[in-house]
Amino acid sequence: MSTAHDATLPDARARFRMERKPRALRLIAEGEWTTREAARLSTALKHIDLGDAASAEIDGTQLERIDSAGAWLLVRTKREWEQQGKTVGPITLAPLYDALLHAVEHEHTAPPVTIHNRHTIRAFVERLGRATVHGLYQGMGIMGYLGRVTVEATEAVYHPRGNLRFAALIHQVEETGINALPIVGLLAFLIGIVLAYQGADQLKRFGAEIFTINLLGVGLLREIAGLITAIIIAGRSGSAFTAQIGTMRVNEEIDAMQTIGINIVDALVLPRVIGLAIALPFLTFYADIMGLIGGAVMCYFDLAITPEVFLRQLQEAISLNTFLVGMIKAPVFAMIIGLVGCYEGLQVERNAASVGRLTTRSVVESVFLVIVLDAAFSIIFSIVGI
Amino acid sequence: MSAPAKPQPHEVVIKVRQLVNAFGSQVLHDHLDLDVYRGEVLGVVGGSGTGKSVLMRSIIGLNEIKSGTIEVFGRNTDHLSEAQWREIEQRWGVLFQEGALFSSQTIAENIQVPLREYLHMPQDLMNEIASMKLSLVGLPENAAAKHPSELSGGMKKRAGLARALALDPEIVFLDEPTAGLDPISANMFDQLIKDLQRSLNLTVFMVTHDLDTLRATTDRIAVLVDKHVVVGTIDELRKNPHPWIQEYFSGPRGRAAA
Repeated sequence: MSTAHDATLPDARARFRMERKPRALRLIAEGEWTTREAARLSTALKHIDLGDAASAEIDGTQLERIDSAGAWLLVRTKREWEQQGKTVGPITLAPLYDALLHAVEHEHTAPPVTIHNRHTIRAFVERLGRATVHGLYQGMGIMGYLGRVTVEATEAVYHPRGNLRFAALIHQVEETGINALPIVGLLAFLIGIVLAYQGADQLKRFGAEIFTINLLGVGLLREIAGLITAIIIAGRSGSAFTAQIGTMRVNEEIDAMQTIGINIVDALVLPRVIGLAIALPFLTFYADIMGLIGGAVMCYFDLAITPEVFLRQLQEAISLNTFLVGMIKAPVFAMIIGLVGCYEGLQVERNAASVGRLTTRSVVESVFLVIVLDAAFSIIFSIVGI
Repeated sequence: MSAPAKPQPHEVVIKVRQLVNAFGSQVLHDHLDLDVYRGEVLGVVGGSGTGKSVLMRSIIGLNEIKSGTIEVFGRNTDHLSEAQWREIEQRWGVLFQEGALFSSQTIAENIQVPLREYLHMPQDLMNEIASMKLSLVGLPENAAAKHPSELSGGMKKRAGLARALALDPEIVFLDEPTAGLDPISANMFDQLIKDLQRSLNLTVFMVTHDLDTLRATTDRIAVLVDKHVVVGTIDELRKNPHPWIQEYFSGPRGRAAA
């Protein structure tokens, strides 16, 4: 090893050389010992062969300059040699650097930091476990919260002490319902077109294209219109609930309300949940109609089915129950979206980052729950035989 | 990197000439001149909205200036290529008001970001250096593995300072380093800045409102008044007849800090 003995790194900006006397050793540092040079110096210093020297000295007086990383390397070398049983004299530096050397040598005794690798299998299993436990707590939290809201809501209905805020309620109906009309309408219309087109394409092969209308009627009214509306509203209003309440949390507005004695559930949660529960069924109905119009338009252009024929066939295809099955789910979806949105908003901690994180979580959770509930409804309806 | 062994008296490291900053019709700096000398602690004070932070952000290139020149280490920052900017950025460190730590990383990883970005350094040496920086700014060992959200305001500032010092810069910019700290923490932070400035031979550019900090740490103070700066030591400024400066240094708080 070329660095093991005397002159080391002769041409570099930072260098050192070793002077050897019998049983004694002298490290002379030269040049600029800076952070930039630290990596090279560090390796070279670790390869110094101490031989049989019993004592050593570290001389930095000839350094042109040194910074804290350079000073650390000198201090580290000294400590390593001492650990190997050598007697090491004090590090000598130009007086200008006394304060630096003192700070690094006497105020720093901590071991190196450890950086955890987050990409090991162990870390993955740990994350999985944490996420599972967190999920369970989350579920418990939502259940407890659902109970609280139910109690408060019942109380608001049975013992109205003027705590249901009608102005806020109406505002929420407008915000979540009326303002959502354009997007819900447009998307339902487009879904109707797509469904009619695909249905017609397949059914044409059997000469049964008239049944496209049955597919549209049953599919839209029972399932798709309600589901699409709920998913749009989860993305649009559920996220807004979390962001609004979360921001109030960050600004300590919620704390302020509590100290004034305002009931958070009354003031913030109930208007939103009830408002959404009023708005979503109307939106679903609106989506039903828009979807059917989209389908009728497609049937007219693609299959040359006139609106009169469309309506007659539709009347045969669907019953009142088909429509009601779709509608009855809407308030339930609304409750879920509203409750999850408000719950996650109240979970926000007092930093801006958690608003974003919980808003994302609120949307994912409410969409997930909406679809799970929809499946549950399907099972229940098939058992009941509707 | 630290200063050369023999600092020349009054070597100018930051030179601001004829700086104009304006937002819309509101002019913040009107042909402002300022010199910062190597190895000094310069405090920048001024009323709210006089553009203290804007001045700092102009120097470090975060704010586009309307006209004027800014020279850092003798080079006009307006004419720098990308590579030259990166070179200069290694020679200064910035402590933002709330620390501006990267929230997805631990404190140790935060301190290593500049090292990783600019130098090819083995991980074990980076770990040693991060630990040493933590000691320098007076943070306990166990802070290394924590995330910024787990630290108090004062600790975040210390961690932010450790990151600013990661490359051993020549200049450190501090934006209200003691704002939001309790008086004891603020005193400790003042002492820390003074100690580090002495041991690392730093040039410190500090925006602050804190009169105690000014008295404890600064060599000179730049007061932003009437869209210009008035520079001097505290004692010189006390004699300045300008009403705002009089009010600032000789008002009840100013006298208490003296």
